[in-house]
Amino acid sequence: MPTTRELAEKARFVRTETVRLTRIAGAGHYSAVFSCAEILAALYYAELRLDPGRPDLPDRDRFVMSKGHAAIGLYPVLADLGYFDPAELDGYTRLGSPFGDHPDMKRIAGVDFSSGSLGHGLSVGVGMALAGRLAGSDHRSWVLLGDGELAEGQIWEAAMSASHFGLGNLVAVVDANQLGIDGFVSDVMAAEPIAERFAAFGWGTQRVDGHDLDALLAAFAALPARGGTVPQVIVADTVKGKGVARMELSPDWHVGNLAGADYDDVLAELTR
Amino acid sequence: MTPTQGTTQSPAEFFGFKDSRSVDGTDTRAVPAFVFGAELAELADHDERIVVLTADLGRSNRATDFGARHPERFVNVGIAEKNMITLAAGMAASGFVPFAATFGSFAALLCAEQIRTDCAYPNLPVRVVGHHSGMSMGFYGTSHHSLEDLGMMRCIADLAVVCATDANHLRALLRLSLDHPGAMYLRLGRGRDPEVYDVVPELELGRAETLRDGSDLTIIATGSEVHPALQAATELAAEGLSARVVDMWTISPLDRQAVLDAARTTGGVLTVEEANVTGGLGSAVAECLLDAGLAPRFRRHGVPDEHVPVGPPAALYAHYRLDGPGIAAVARELLTKENAA
Repeated sequence: MPTTRELAEKARFVRTETVRLTRIAGAGHYSAVFSCAEILAALYYAELRLDPGRPDLPDRDRFVMSKGHAAIGLYPVLADLGYFDPAELDGYTRLGSPFGDHPDMKRIAGVDFSSGSLGHGLSVGVGMALAGRLAGSDHRSWVLLGDGELAEGQIWEAAMSASHFGLGNLVAVVDANQLGIDGFVSDVMAAEPIAERFAAFGWGTQRVDGHDLDALLAAFAALPARGGTVPQVIVADTVKGKGVARMELSPDWHVGNLAGADYDDVLAELTR
Repeated sequence: MTPTQGTTQSPAEFFGFKDSRSVDGTDTRAVPAFVFGAELAELADHDERIVVLTADLGRSNRATDFGARHPERFVNVGIAEKNMITLAAGMAASGFVPFAATFGSFAALLCAEQIRTDCAYPNLPVRVVGHHSGMSMGFYGTSHHSLEDLGMMRCIADLAVVCATDANHLRALLRLSLDHPGAMYLRLGRGRDPEVYDVVPELELGRAETLRDGSDLTIIATGSEVHPALQAATELAAEGLSARVVDMWTISPLDRQAVLDAARTTGGVLTVEEANVTGGLGSAVAECLLDAGLAPRFRRHGVPDEHVPVGPPAALYAHYRLDGPGIAAVARELLTKENAA
């Protein structure tokens, strides 16, 4: 088990790699990655049951990035774990590259499902959890959701079905980073009270500081044992743009390029 | 996953259509109702990958016949079609072959994006089953009609689009689908389609079935319109007109060779579909012909680009000349000089 300090370094790596890839592409959803950098680090380096040498292992835990625009932060993690050569990311978004703004399960080892259209991922997780139970596997299906995404009605169709089917091996993590494109989620279409809403749909809930690695690990450890019958949600309170002062909770930094002085300043701040 | 008791009602009876006439007006009370659930239940005895999903329509589409035999592999998601399609994709990503069934209108129109993004794009073996397609829901009206599904589904890449002609043909499609590596949209009628195939045919995706040869024109029909097309051919034959009838059950991929042969070896091409003529079978055939530089006498026959009036199914088929006599009349018009291209 890596130390908290080591995981914090991995979270920093997620952020700096995202900045590097954004410059290659000329655009990227960096601030939506900065909010879930600790979540990705804690999941991939301390929690998920994976074997990068066998990406199709039937009993592996699944991870569905429902907020698919954060894939730019997932790719470096998968490369770092050995799913593919990190050098492949140098061609990020170039014509014919496997790596676009949203993940493609057909072309990228370690990606369990293609995503990009918000609101779909929880249904995918329900299907994977049903399939796991049918196949006699105790794997968990993890789904990373955004808070703005919770306005999509299909999320609640899936939430209703998960508890109805008793899918205790389904775990949703909500990266509640407070911002959508047009402003604060609370202003555009309020998602709160998120935990209470999931609880009303029959889910077990926890709420933690999504940038506190110890709190995240404690939340994972507090999950009921595999094979339970109550789906679980961890609402992670986060800050969109976390780690770069000018981006934090600013709707002006949702997507775009980081070039010239911006690139140097942001990278300097992240590596300080 | 709760098993649901099977039902003995036919899908049409379930929705209260006292009128038991099919497209062509023949009494079809003796025709087997949906074999969808029963056939899959048989196949699932020997194939552990098969799961069946529905959205509170198991009594309508007879998915309950599957659920009664394989309750652990039957998933009823309630009235939540989008969740059903994406959930099916999640199961397919884990090695299962899910058949997700609901009305064609809800399957193809409501869930078009889930079908494209979650099933076709990842190339997953999800079988989306759109039943009670076309205007077979009669006076239930536009919300329950799927006249646009052929046009919408066939422009999605990596999605096979096939239409069931009758019970035996549906059995063949279900068997064929098991070995298809990607996603598929299966378009079914309302479960009282008169018999065209007296045995389960051997089908190959992309190869249409020529059911009757002829030289004066070719009627290319699909789904529920194949049987009345055959009736029309019989009527025309009595007048000395020889019509070839092609069952173009494979909409995507289209059997281009069958279309080109029709244009080159017969005197005209008439497409017939229980669908909006904009974007459906007729459009696909027209594209194929023009791409090849062919311009035979040609007509797309189906439902015009309008919302259909209220009426029982059989009355609507007669209204739009989609029954046997109607198709024969349209064929005569096509073959008169005034209508030559």
